[in-house]
Amino acid sequence: MDVVFDNLDLFLRGIRTTVSLTLTSYVVAFVIGMVVASFRVSPVPPLRLVGSFYVNTVRNTPLAVLMVLFFFALPDVGILYSAYISAIIVLSAYTGSFIAETIRAGINSVAKGQAEAARALGLTYPQVLRIVILPQALRAVIAPLGSIFIALIKNSALANLISVTELSGTAERLINDTAQPIPLFIAAALAYLVLTIPSGILLGRIERRFAIKR
Amino acid sequence: MRRHRWLAVAFVVLSMTAAACGDSDDDSTVGGGQSTATTVSKPAFAAGTTMANLQAKGKLVIGTKFNQLGSGLKNPTNGQLEGFDIEIGKLIGVGIFGGTVDSLGSKVEFKEAVSAVREAVIQSGDVDLVIATYTINTARKTQVDFAGPYIVDGQDIMVKTDNTTIKTIADLNGKKVCTGEGSTTPANLTAKQVNADLTLFKTYPECAEALRQGRVEAVVTDRGILVGLVDASSRGFKLVGVNVSEEPLGIGLKKGDDAFRAFLNDRLDAIIASGEWKAAYEKTLGKLGLPTPTAPKPDRYAGTGTATTLAATTTVPPSTTTTR
Amino acid sequence: MNDTILADELGPRGRRRVFIGSIIASILVLAVIAIAIKRFNDNGQFAEEKWRPLTQWSVLKFYLGGLGNTLKAAGAAMVIALIVGGLVALARLARTAPVRWLATLYVEFFRGMALYLLILFCWLGLPRLGVRLDVYWYLVIGLSVYNSAILAEVFRAGILSLDRGQSDAASALGMRYWQAMGLVIVPQAVRRMLPAIISQLVTLLKDTSLGVLIFYEELLRRARLSAEFFHNPVMSVALVAIFYITVNYALSVFATRLEARQRRRYKAGSIKVTGLEQLAVVGAQAESSIT
Repeated sequence: MDVVFDNLDLFLRGIRTTVSLTLTSYVVAFVIGMVVASFRVSPVPPLRLVGSFYVNTVRNTPLAVLMVLFFFALPDVGILYSAYISAIIVLSAYTGSFIAETIRAGINSVAKGQAEAARALGLTYPQVLRIVILPQALRAVIAPLGSIFIALIKNSALANLISVTELSGTAERLINDTAQPIPLFIAAALAYLVLTIPSGILLGRIERRFAIKR
Repeated sequence: MRRHRWLAVAFVVLSMTAAACGDSDDDSTVGGGQSTATTVSKPAFAAGTTMANLQAKGKLVIGTKFNQLGSGLKNPTNGQLEGFDIEIGKLIGVGIFGGTVDSLGSKVEFKEAVSAVREAVIQSGDVDLVIATYTINTARKTQVDFAGPYIVDGQDIMVKTDNTTIKTIADLNGKKVCTGEGSTTPANLTAKQVNADLTLFKTYPECAEALRQGRVEAVVTDRGILVGLVDASSRGFKLVGVNVSEEPLGIGLKKGDDAFRAFLNDRLDAIIASGEWKAAYEKTLGKLGLPTPTAPKPDRYAGTGTATTLAATTTVPPSTTTTR
Repeated sequence: MNDTILADELGPRGRRRVFIGSIIASILVLAVIAIAIKRFNDNGQFAEEKWRPLTQWSVLKFYLGGLGNTLKAAGAAMVIALIVGGLVALARLARTAPVRWLATLYVEFFRGMALYLLILFCWLGLPRLGVRLDVYWYLVIGLSVYNSAILAEVFRAGILSLDRGQSDAASALGMRYWQAMGLVIVPQAVRRMLPAIISQLVTLLKDTSLGVLIFYEELLRRARLSAEFFHNPVMSVALVAIFYITVNYALSVFATRLEARQRRRYKAGSIKVTGLEQLAVVGAQAESSIT
């Protein structure tokens, strides 16, 4: 295990990159998800079309393909960002499509009478969505949103494909430098469990706290 | 109805497996090529040596680059591998299996091995040899052994054709420079007291794309790699023409296998003497405008010896992280 | 797909607003498309030499070879992951405690792991442990192990979602535990979780693109090699994206239809599906379909 302790600073930097990629991307993805979900349930047909086009294309493309496309191909049409920013944009866009679908499922789970009642009270469409539907919908989908967060922690490893060295990438580089794969893999695996398992427990708590009692 | 659904699922899975079976063009083995090589009768090796084992197994796996024009390239227009490293690999194969370069068939298999994983794939046993523009140096010798050098290359700087600001090595200071992950370039630049903003990619064409797209201002690596990139850029790139460092390129093999290393060095001597080395160079890197260099003399350094191999693997090699 | 949540018919003012909104939105969408086309044109992306390689049979064959490799890896990993996942799910419900613990450990460990790291381990770690295989198998093993852990959870959720009366009835008929499992419980559970299983298999297909990281020549790796050769990354990678979108979209539509039909059937039948249970399924799917 010496090889791990000797390179602890590199490991910690890798973990920090994983965490910052995950947190930043999740916040951005959440905003994207909210907007796209509202598009998908909007009464305006073109917005619905845009929403479903976004979800169906981004969600069905492998994250690795999106990474490569954004970082190595899109500069050819003048879209050029640093590796770290690119990783955040791609992770957010990808995760956002899943969040959008989850929120939409939550919206559909809110009883129709709620929207009808709100409309009867004279609320406009955006008001209905913002004040009545979304708060209930979000509470209902806390569990899947949490799963998506945990998936994002793991997905952030793909940032390595575009030269952002996070946790997995740190392990990869150290393996080649030191030729000791086994301790390095164990350390990286433990680091992932340290990140994912407490997140899971925390999310379970949040879920129970906000659970809808029926 | 229920039945149909199952059929549909079964169909999806089956069609995938079926489609997979139809694929036959992608074995990265040796094929084609002109018959320039001399015939070698099947050599005999002492039992227990790596050469004997490989001969018995009928397969030699070589890690190489798949996207470096001139040295190692998998050509998407025909799926064939071409380049100087490939030629050397085939000639080594002839030394083990006998026959000619053309008769090797699937006995020599090439696997993609990018800069960053060359030590790892040798040590893991994933490949038997690495011939992949692989610089011999002391840091790497702590992990793997090298036969050769089979050629001595030097590092140069590649910039866009219209670049006028980078003329010397010192001009790289503070500039965005791209090179391969796990290459010798960072150490070379440090040795020249150059402090550049380094971007590391896994392969060099990625560096070339980054240069073309303006992500970096210069690419620093072996001239043999750069000429391929310049050639492929249709006059978009040029070499600055400085010598950043000398790069003796060797054949990487598992550490401690001195008998195999001695065999490889003998084989290199043989192909240099027979002219096959020169022919291989001329039909690959030579075509990119590089003059044929004088063939190097393999460096038969004293090894750790097979007897001490077991002891060597149990001791912890020093971490080279800080030196690269 | 009836997405809109506006339950009531729109009045004349509402209809007018929607109409105006539609026009504005359409103009914006068209503007974005126009800008994209202009960007492509300004950057010379419509130049013939960028597209010509993709019309040559020899190059297409190179891509098809990559596609074959992708499907070969995905097919094998699907079969192995389904089998192993099923076994692990049964082990998690076994009556022997140590078996349960082991299965739980397996699931929790591999589910919490980044697939990237797992595949990397197969490639650089397994040989060190004496397992030397073709790079194809490293990818297949990595994909299988990871997905079997997730599928095990999907199977388990399916089994647990069944009414207890099912297994009670089976044992009342004199069936042994394994008989009840094999004849009564598992078939129902699998049918019920089929949409979730399919969406996980879609994910698996997408994840074969992680083969690039160990330089397995699947579709994306071949597209990269081709793009580097012809300097047309936009077209090459877009081609790969279009393939995945088409296949996965078709499979997702299939899964959604299946789900809708099942929901109808269960509503009509004797099994009650409450709102919360449906959400649990949504949750399981959301989890399983993103990795």
